[in-house]
Amino acid sequence: MTVTDATVSAEEPYRPSARRLAREAYRRQRARRSALIAAVSTGATALVLYLVIVNSPGWAVTRKTFFSLHFARQALPEVLKGLRVNLELMVVCGALILVFGLLLAVARTLRGPVFLPVRLLATAYVDFFLGLPMIICLLIMITGVPALRLTGVTTDPMVLGGAALVLTYSAYVSEVFRAGIQSVHPSQRAAARSLGLSNAQAMRYVVLPQAVRRVVPPLLNNLVSLQKDTGLVSIGGVIDAVYAAKIIAVQSFNYTPYLVAGLVFIVLTVPMTRFTDWITARMNRRQWQGGLV
Amino acid sequence: MTTPATPVLRLESVRKSFGDQVVLRDISIDVPAHSVTALIGASGSGKSTLMRCTNLLEDIDDGAILLDGEDVTDPRADQDAVRRRIGVVFQAYNLFPHMTVLDNITLAPRRVHGVGRAEAEDRARELLDRLGLAAKAKEYPDRLSGGQQQRVAIVRALATTPRLLLLDEITAALDPELVGEVLAVVRDLKIQGMTMVLSTHEMSFAREVADQVCFLDAGVVLEQGPPEQVFGDPREERTRQFLSRIVAAGRLAPQ
Repeated sequence: MTVTDATVSAEEPYRPSARRLAREAYRRQRARRSALIAAVSTGATALVLYLVIVNSPGWAVTRKTFFSLHFARQALPEVLKGLRVNLELMVVCGALILVFGLLLAVARTLRGPVFLPVRLLATAYVDFFLGLPMIICLLIMITGVPALRLTGVTTDPMVLGGAALVLTYSAYVSEVFRAGIQSVHPSQRAAARSLGLSNAQAMRYVVLPQAVRRVVPPLLNNLVSLQKDTGLVSIGGVIDAVYAAKIIAVQSFNYTPYLVAGLVFIVLTVPMTRFTDWITARMNRRQWQGGLV
Repeated sequence: MTTPATPVLRLESVRKSFGDQVVLRDISIDVPAHSVTALIGASGSGKSTLMRCTNLLEDIDDGAILLDGEDVTDPRADQDAVRRRIGVVFQAYNLFPHMTVLDNITLAPRRVHGVGRAEAEDRARELLDRLGLAAKAKEYPDRLSGGQQQRVAIVRALATTPRLLLLDEITAALDPELVGEVLAVVRDLKIQGMTMVLSTHEMSFAREVADQVCFLDAGVVLEQGPPEQVFGDPREERTRQFLSRIVAAGRLAPQ
């Protein structure tokens, strides 16, 4: 904490006391010590890991098959070309999943006897797709739908695979949204309805904004998981980043391309998680009273 | 180091600012053992911030806060140990909605002070009984009225037999009928010798129960003294203005 008191009264300007200066000096000293300890322990851990890996008996072979610079160079452009597929699927499917998931969640929380069939359908849908293994859903969509030979229905494995992703992930995401909606205290709904807002308006303006905010981290979890599962459409012959790596790996008997693909996915994920952390932290700072605990 | 003369709580030139805004400029107050100190002042005069600083929920910028003569704002002080000795009752109750009344009260005695379940519950029931809440032990907080919730919050703060009790506008969210039942509890606590600091807008109550009254204005204690003097013969013009507005609002009977 620095001394930035602009509104000190004119007649007696504020001077930090000796006590404050001593306290701040002590805190600075502690901070320096903490930073030093953190640096030393991080360095030591990294060194131990490095020595264990490098001195393991199979390191020479492992290094050649997993860390070959030659194959990494060869694989990177192919992997990045394939990554386009993953990114397109993730953006399009991600948007659709958020919309469908939210609709499903809201449908399940509708009140009143009129909505019973809607509630039942939504519940049945979620139960079904939560249970159905992703890979089976994909196989049914990619091979089953073209087998029907319907005119006007696409046989593009990317579109069908994307549809399968949306079907399954909407069920997951709707459960996340529903948990968020149920975590909003009933008094909030009571206050909104007392202001004369309809049930739908209370949901739209009071409950959902709070619910969505709370479930941002688990939603991100699902989004990252989706990003990786987009690779599964390769079972329909679409060449995504992982499949592109596989093609080179089986030709060369070298696994470096897989490592490259893995790193590319990690590089994609990190900014996403940091971004949501930043967003949620900012929202909390603006809404909550601060404090030390 | 605790002699009879050592105040339970001593604030020495406490200063606290949020960004550019200085909330507490230079606050010095002594709270002797078994006494009640009432903080009065307009909303935003820093009463709640002072409470939060005392309980170490906020860092202070300058000055010191001493509990039983020990500087608790020293960076080397064990903050949890300090908070174990201070009970706090919040304006908005802050009860844990997922626990029954009994669990709310026995949480700290059992988990922090290592009291056995049976003993903690006996003590909780005894306190609940004293505050007329014996039948509510197994209820959840949301099902109680505001006055009942606030009394539960007081019991929760008392359950650890704190050295000092901080009451932050504990009747602000209550209707007059419920205010009475909560203030009756505070009156009893005073008779039992509990040391308390309370911030309040209930001036009649402050006049009746407090041993000293501090009028906070613009981050300083503008006037400090026994209630007869602060309410009956205020020295400062600002205090007089504040009190006349309070009288006009019907919250203090004119003398």
